[in-house]
Order: sequence, then structure tokens, then C-alpha cells
Amino acid sequence: MYLNLLKPNKKNLSAYLVLGISLLSFGFIDIFSNTFLKFNITGFFPGLVTYFSPMLLGAFGLHFIRIEYSGNKTLDAINKNLNSSNFNAILSLIVIFIIIKYLPLLLNWAFFDANFLGSSKEDCTGNGACWVFVKVWFNRFMYGMYPDAEQWRINFSFLILLSSIGSIFVLPNKFKKYIILFLLFIFPIISLNLISGGLFGLKLIKTGAWGGLSLTFIVSAFALIFCFPIGVFLALGRRSNLPAIKYSSIGFIELWRGVPLITVLFMSAVMFPMFLPDGTYMDKLMRVIIAITLFEAAYMAEVVRGGLQALPRGQYDAAKSLGMGYWRMHFLIILPQALKLVIPGIANTFLALVKDTPLIFVVGLLELAGMIGLAKTNPEWLGMAAEGYVFAAFVFWIICFAMSRYSLNLERKLSTER
Amino acid sequence: MNLKNLSINLKNKKRLIPQVLTLLFIVLGISYFAFNAQVNMGNRGISFGYGFLSQEASFDIGFSLIDYDGSHTYARAFLVGLLNTLLVSFIGILLATLIGVTVGIGRLSSNYLVAKFSEVYVEVFRNIPLLLQLFFWYFAALRALPLPEQAINFNDISYLTVKGWYVPKFLWINFSTFVFSIMAAIVAIIFVSKYAKKQREEFGKYVPSFYIGIGLFFLIPALSFLIGGVSLDFEIPVLKQMTTTIFNFQGGVSIIPELLSLAMALSMYTATFIAENVRAGILGIGKGQKEAAASIGLTKVQILKLVVLPQALRIIIPPTTNQYLNLTKNSSLAAAIAYPDLVLVFAGTALMQTGRAIEIVSITMGTYLLISLLISSFMNWYNKSVAIKEK
Repeated sequence: MYLNLLKPNKKNLSAYLVLGISLLSFGFIDIFSNTFLKFNITGFFPGLVTYFSPMLLGAFGLHFIRIEYSGNKTLDAINKNLNSSNFNAILSLIVIFIIIKYLPLLLNWAFFDANFLGSSKEDCTGNGACWVFVKVWFNRFMYGMYPDAEQWRINFSFLILLSSIGSIFVLPNKFKKYIILFLLFIFPIISLNLISGGLFGLKLIKTGAWGGLSLTFIVSAFALIFCFPIGVFLALGRRSNLPAIKYSSIGFIELWRGVPLITVLFMSAVMFPMFLPDGTYMDKLMRVIIAITLFEAAYMAEVVRGGLQALPRGQYDAAKSLGMGYWRMHFLIILPQALKLVIPGIANTFLALVKDTPLIFVVGLLELAGMIGLAKTNPEWLGMAAEGYVFAAFVFWIICFAMSRYSLNLERKLSTER
Repeated sequence: MNLKNLSINLKNKKRLIPQVLTLLFIVLGISYFAFNAQVNMGNRGISFGYGFLSQEASFDIGFSLIDYDGSHTYARAFLVGLLNTLLVSFIGILLATLIGVTVGIGRLSSNYLVAKFSEVYVEVFRNIPLLLQLFFWYFAALRALPLPEQAINFNDISYLTVKGWYVPKFLWINFSTFVFSIMAAIVAIIFVSKYAKKQREEFGKYVPSFYIGIGLFFLIPALSFLIGGVSLDFEIPVLKQMTTTIFNFQGGVSIIPELLSLAMALSMYTATFIAENVRAGILGIGKGQKEAAASIGLTKVQILKLVVLPQALRIIIPPTTNQYLNLTKNSSLAAAIAYPDLVLVFAGTALMQTGRAIEIVSITMGTYLLISLLISSFMNWYNKSVAIKEK
């Protein structure tokens, strides 16, 4: 039997398959024994060849099973998706080897060797992560220095928020408007008073004690609510044909977009108090929220402007020919269409806002990332940085990923293209 | 007549009133703040002015590209911070482009594993705040590196330790000649490629400009070594025993962990956005373009070089420059891990020492604003020059 080793063909399919699969499996056995048994099967080869032996074996193996239209469905699928050329075969092998080498390490660290039970650092005896740290500090990570007895107030405000958002999806369209108005105008006041207290016999809790993930939510929620309308007005201002309004909008937008958020926060912390009348004091959190709002409003304005520019002129002309004035035209005809066009951009701006909130550490407010920074410097919990930051990264990842998926959904749902 | 005048006045009024109100609002706001600032500064006994820039700074900066110590001025400290910011941005942009382009192409790969791997990378790193990634690299990952005596060894010329990455130092003689030779090589390559294009378009002759270009790129700098008196020597870091227990590397260049983690976090985060831009750019080229190019007999490389890339770059470059700008602005997060960038040195230490909040914050913001405006005006110029010229 004669096998063409350079160009495997369908004629001797089984022979090629036996040759290829045995080489491939030998490569895998080699890398498995290297990684898990610390035993190098191919150790007898000279230096570099030993190092690359799984790769070489795998590449030759995949070469021999690369047979087009073999008739075997599994084989064809493998060839098409993983093994369409030598280059692709090597890429696939690299990815597989990376997974074999590092995924078990990661899983061991995060789960199998990790410690979940206990209440102090001494309970962490395994080699893996010490999730006890997160467990013990969980309350602080969520609520900061907010007194334990009063935490129901934060929970309650989030319950109102979640239930009113949920009711938007459930209730008929007629009530939607009122719920949105409630969320925009009444809810911020209620929740702010509830959380800060001082009214109706609630204990006053200074903003310095607020912190953790709830502070992340508070800052992003307020900035989200306020930056959107400001951004829309700035975008309209930028497209206005009144020069004074146009150029002041451009100046405002470009000023904020040109500087990093951290310097804006510095400004709100050290420079802004100088601008207030002597003796007046504005709350730190308030200043931070204003700073973030103005900063993100500039980005929002650019996004909205993109939508306004994308609308065909005919829409403006049609609205005007119906006798609509500037505001009616924009609020009834132009903005609903323009905003729909830029949902991905709006979602990205919101995402950026949420991801920017940890920066408020520069003014001394400790949200989730800041609380972890505080916890990891606690003398009893030194060396827990990795666990803390992985936990925070996971929390943020879930929030941001969910938001981005939701925006994709919304985009698809509101699309009027056929 | 009277009526006509009135109507014009009305129209003018409609245009005028909002503008006057806006301007009035801005002017009043600014003068209110300025008045308050003046009163406040008067109460504290400081006067507004930038004269402090020429005073002695009397603080040290851990990492500097130029000569600096406490006896230099605040202006010099500002320059040190600015250079450090530009350095980390430059490294970050290079790495981010490299990773971003690779991952972006990887997402479109026909290889299932590579495409999935790239997608997971993008989704993971894009949705985690940059500050957390920075903290992770600095406080968790780089702190797990070994001490100098057990350094991770790269072929005995470079060592990775918890105190930083030690790489060989280049000791040049006649460095300027070498730089000139590289510039000469670039000019020569441009000349050759123009000549090749002319030959191809006017006489239909093929000149292998690519290989000639590669040859020139190595030949001319090599000549500078042979006859230009340029020479290069390496100073390799060596492990020295400081005391009985403390070891450290001497010689070579030490890349501090702050710079390493900042460059890593910035590039890995920004790369996800660049990858998405690259993907969008390549997807934006219709299949018909490639098929049309193939049908007139262009080779695969020619299709990529002459048809796909020029069009895809037009889609990719504007948002990517935006990402470069974001990266530069995000490098200000350095303040969180004490890498001495512009914000930490100037808006941090210098502000603490002088107490001149308004001056220092305005200089810092003005610098970033200037960088942004420069890059964006360059981008506008570039966009105009590559825009499709319709006839």
C-alpha cells in the first residue's frame, strides 16, 4: 500500500486516519503527562524538539487527517472548523494547549483548592483562593461603612427601583409614562432622603459612610438620570443655528471630552470649593456626582449628535411643513428617531459611566474597588488582593455584560428596518 | 412699512434673546466663580499667578526620563510628569494596536477555537473597569513575581522580578548618526516606492519595491555601523549581593512594576475596543469587492493590499485614533498605583506642596486638552485626505 504523505487523500482514508489520530493522541498524551504527571515522555529528543514535541506531533497528525470531502461528517466538521490549513491547525493546537495548561490551574485556584469556610485568615489552609476574605467583608463590600442596622434603607430604595423598572415590562403601555416620570423625578428625591436620613426620625448618615457596591449604584444611577437630558440639550445646542449657543455648546463639549475624568474629579475635590462663596460647603458626593454627570453628558451629546446627523433632511422638512415649532419638531419627530438610531452608543456611554465610577477613590469615596483596597490593607487580611479584585471584577463584569446584552436586545426590538 | 419692520424685529428678537441669555448666563457664572475665588484666595493670603513654576520643587520623583532631583523647578517636575505620561501612552498604544489587530482578525478567523478565544478575550476585558484591571496587575499579579535571587530568567540577559523587569541597557556611540541613517533609509524607501508606482502606472513595468525596501531598511543602518563609526554595546544586568540577605540587580535598565502594570492594563483594555474596530472595518468591506478583485486576476496578497486594506483602514482609523486618545487620557489612572505621571506628580504632589489648586488643575487639564485637540485636528486632516473623492 502506498501512502502519499504530502497530500492525504480519500483513497486510503482509514490508513491516514489511523496514522493521523495516533500521532495526534500521542501529542496529547505527551502534553497531559507533562502538565499533570510531571513526566516528559519525549524527553529523549534534543532540547528544543522536546519542548515543541506535542506541537509537532499534533501538527503532523492534523495534517494527515486533513482530507476534504471524506464522507465522515465529524471529520469534515473538524477539518472545516479547526484544521483548514497548516496554519489553522497550529493555531488550534496552541489554543488547546493553552487551555490544557492553564485552565486547570485557574480552576484549582478559584474552586478546588480554594477555601470557602471559616471566619479568619487562619482558616485558609489550601493553596487556592481564600474566599473567606470576601465572605467576611461581604457586608462592607456592599454597603461600605453604612451602619448595619440601617442597611434596610438602601435595600428598600433598590427594591423600589427594581420593582418600578420591573413593572415597566409588566404593566400596559398606558402606565409606562407615569412610571418613567416617577423614576426620573420622584424616585431620586425619595431614595436620596431615605438613604441619607435626617427626616421622619430616620438617623442621619453622612455620605462619608456610604460606600461599597451600593455607592457604585447610587453614583451611576444619579449620573445616568441627569447626564441624559443634559446631553440631549447639548447636542441640540451644538446643531443650533444660533452662533452663541452653538459655540458655547461646542466649547463645553470639547472641554470635557478633552480631559481625563480623574482630573475632573480632582477639580471637583480641590478646585471647586475655591469657587464657592466663603463658608459654604457642598457635600463631597454631590460634587462628585455633578462632575461625573457633566463629564458623561459631553460624551452623551456627541452620541446624540450622531443620531441627529444621521436623520434625513426630509424628516425636518416634513415636521416644519406641518407647522411644528422647534421644540415640538424635536420632541415629537426628530429625537424619537434619532435616539433609536444611537441606542448602542447610549448604552456604551452608560457602560463607560458605570466602569468609571471606581475612579471616585481620588476624592476619598470608597465604592466597591475602594473598599477592597481598604480591606486588603487590613493587618489581619494582608495578601488578599487577588481574591478581592477578582471578586470585584466578577461583579462589574456581570453588571456590564448584562447591560451590553440588554442594549443589543433593545436595538433589535426597536429596529424598524424590514 | 411699519409692519414689515416689526416682523423683522420679531424674527431678530427670536434669534437674539436666547443667545443673549446664554451669553449672559455664562458671563455671570464665570464672574461669580471668579469673584468667589478671589475672595477665598484673599482670605488665605495667596495670590493667583503662575510664578511658582520657577520655584524649587524640593520633592523627588521615583522614575524620570530626564535629569531631575529636588533642586529643580516645578516646571521641570511638570515636564518629568508629562514625559512619563507620554512614555506609558506610547508603549500602551503600541501594545494595544498589536493585540487589538491580532484579536480583531482572530474574531473573524474560520478557526472556531481562535474565533471563540478572541471573543472571550474581548468580552471579558472590555466589561471590567480599567481601574480594577490595573489594581489586579499591580497588587495581585506582579506582586506574585519572585524576589531578585529567584528571578525569572530570560536567557541570562533579562530578568523579571517583583522589583521590576531588568533589561539590557543599550550603550550607543554616535547614536545620532544611526538615527540619521534610519531617516535616510525611510526617505529612500519612500522614493523607491514612488518610483515603482510610476514605473508600474506609466510603463507597466514591475519593480519589486517591497524587497528593495526591506533591503534598504537593513542596508543603510548597517552601513552606518561599518563606516559611520556607530557602535552598540549592551550592559547586561547582574545579580549583586547587597547585604547577607538582600540581593538586587545592577546595571541595565529597570522597568518599574508600576510602568509594567499600567502599560499592561491600558493595552489589554484598549485592545478590546481596537479589536472591535478592526472587525467592523473588515466586515464593512462587501464580499463583492473581494470577488471583483479576484475576478480581475489579483492574487490574494494583492487583494488584501490593494482592495481590502485601503478601504478597511478608512473605517478603522478614525475610531481607533479615538481609542488612542482615550488610552492617553486613561493613563492618568497611574495616580492610583503611584506611577509618577502628570496627574500624580503635578496635580498630586506639587498641588499638595504649593496649595495652588486653580493654577495647577488648570495647567493639568490644559495639557490634556492640548494633546486631545492636537490629535483630533490631525485626525480631521487625515480623514479629509483619505475620504473618498467623488467625481
